[in-house]
Amino acid sequence: MSTPKWVVTFQIYRKKGNADPHFDEFKLEVSPDEYVLDGIERVWAFHDRSLAFRHACHHSTCGACGMRVNGAEKLTCITLIRDVTQDGGVLRIEPMRNFPVVSDLAVDMGILYTRMEMVEHQPVNSDAKEAIQPEARPAGPVGEEEDYIRLSDCIECGLCISACPISGSSPEYLGPAVLAGAHQHGIKGNEQLLKLVDSEDGVWRCHSAFECTAVCPSFVEPGWRIMDLRKQVIGERFKRLFRGSSPKIIDTMEASK
Amino acid sequence: MSKPKVIIIGAGFTGVATAHDLALRGFDVVVVERGEIASGTSGRTHGVLHSGGRYAVSDQESAVECIDENMILRKIVPQVIEPNGGLFIAIDESDLAYAEEFIEGCNACHIPIQELTARQALEMEPNLNPKVLAAFTVPDGTFDPLRLALSFAASARKNGARFRTYTEMEQLIIDGQGNVTGVKVWDRTTDTHEEIYADLVVNATGAWVGEIASHAGAHVPIKPTPGVMVAFDQRLVQRVINRLNKPGDGDIVLPQRRMMVVGTTSFEVTDLDYVPVVEDQVKIMLERGEELVPGIRKTNVRGAYMATRPLIGGGSTGRSIARTFKCFDHKETDNIDGLVTITGGKATTLRAMAEKTADVVCQKMGVQAVCTTKEVPLLSYRDYYLQNN
Repeated sequence: MSTPKWVVTFQIYRKKGNADPHFDEFKLEVSPDEYVLDGIERVWAFHDRSLAFRHACHHSTCGACGMRVNGAEKLTCITLIRDVTQDGGVLRIEPMRNFPVVSDLAVDMGILYTRMEMVEHQPVNSDAKEAIQPEARPAGPVGEEEDYIRLSDCIECGLCISACPISGSSPEYLGPAVLAGAHQHGIKGNEQLLKLVDSEDGVWRCHSAFECTAVCPSFVEPGWRIMDLRKQVIGERFKRLFRGSSPKIIDTMEASK
Repeated sequence: MSKPKVIIIGAGFTGVATAHDLALRGFDVVVVERGEIASGTSGRTHGVLHSGGRYAVSDQESAVECIDENMILRKIVPQVIEPNGGLFIAIDESDLAYAEEFIEGCNACHIPIQELTARQALEMEPNLNPKVLAAFTVPDGTFDPLRLALSFAASARKNGARFRTYTEMEQLIIDGQGNVTGVKVWDRTTDTHEEIYADLVVNATGAWVGEIASHAGAHVPIKPTPGVMVAFDQRLVQRVINRLNKPGDGDIVLPQRRMMVVGTTSFEVTDLDYVPVVEDQVKIMLERGEELVPGIRKTNVRGAYMATRPLIGGGSTGRSIARTFKCFDHKETDNIDGLVTITGGKATTLRAMAEKTADVVCQKMGVQAVCTTKEVPLLSYRDYYLQNN
């Protein structure tokens, strides 16, 4: 009673050392209800042991298996084959854009991780701080005293950076995941972070394409967070204009509210 | 005098933790890994930071290891852990009958538990099966598998360990006396081959240890035992929910980020490199998970995957095998020097496994250095990649 098998051609981007990149084709019998990553792992296990690709958790918590599937950014471990191709169809698998390729489908994530650290994104957080909209909060006991600690929504997969048109043309742009990370940490009272976010390579570089939000597999909504950060930055600028920049004065004003 | 050199095969949990321990003890460490960090069993682990409650009745040695290591990991690597605790819940009479043994077992293994009434349990976790009869709190937690491994790897790198990922061991290099002196590897990123020599080779390949050891003619009694895990797209509980009974299929529901994961099953395989997800087992996870958290029925499957446990087999099989770990000095077991194998255990006990292995390595090489990994806080997992730049 299992679903009938499909035959799908995996066209996989290959690159070794300094040799020119090319695509290799592997015809596989798959179940349409398998994930794209399962097919890639089978190519490695049974057809070509030299294939390099990143993967770990196979259920969208680690963020290692981001790739481009038929031209779109996908977390391959949760992308069903039936959703991206058809029986007799093709799956063109490429590494993410805007990251250096280590080999084949594996990219070097160094730049993203460096910047996430720079903006002080918190890998674990209280649920209240993590949620961006109350209706998006998971069910469960969420009283103020009873908040729980959980791993952040952002899994640092890099898909948003790969999909972002600005990250492609301006490598120095901090990028959607990183600005979302700054938003999660909060810029209030954090001079250094505010300066970074309010810089040429920060929130003002975004052209509101919202490709980031479209490809995010983890509900982070980087596009929304960037827009919200802009409001916060302007708010901070106003505060300074009217109250002076002495933190002591700001504290007094806050306390008198 | 130059540092003693050790090659570790495998960058799963035991490999990275052993690299960290040995680097702290002053060794020159090279880790060779055919994939990336945690791309075998470790990355695909369930993600429960075990309190030991699961093993408190039938496997008390593992239970004690779990509670002790649980407390240490909370301290040294809080950046990858959801520390929200867990519940063991009774749904039927057979679960209730298990309660007495459970309490005794937890007491014997110094696992702190607290008995709750059904109402208290439902107040804590409103999405539990309303038929819950009794519950106990335990200090379970959950973790992100890749980030746990990366934190150890980052700390090891900081202390000089080198990680050669996408570098597959092809052969153990054996000298005229039949002893291991290094590894021949294939770098898959450049498609080149090379030989790396060391004073000692540690086989930290989990379920694959038997295959690796056989290259030297050594034997490890390993029983690779996969199980299925299914992730669902909503977080209906905030704590690890365990069935109050003997360990069985699909009796743990755990929260992770915005998801829940239900696991697991237990069967044996021979081909380890690709274990297909069996549809029927996914169904069992849904059915069994629903007994603990009925709302699972209204969520969607987000991912399904298999991980292969490295159980140390004697004559027994599956669930009856103890979940402790063992370090084999092949000089003692097979009269082959230069090779040490570490396997068995659980993700929760990775640090203890590394300590044991590093002790054996130190003893073999006449190095006097004590283990400090219980106290040394680990670097952020991000540092592993930062050090690339």
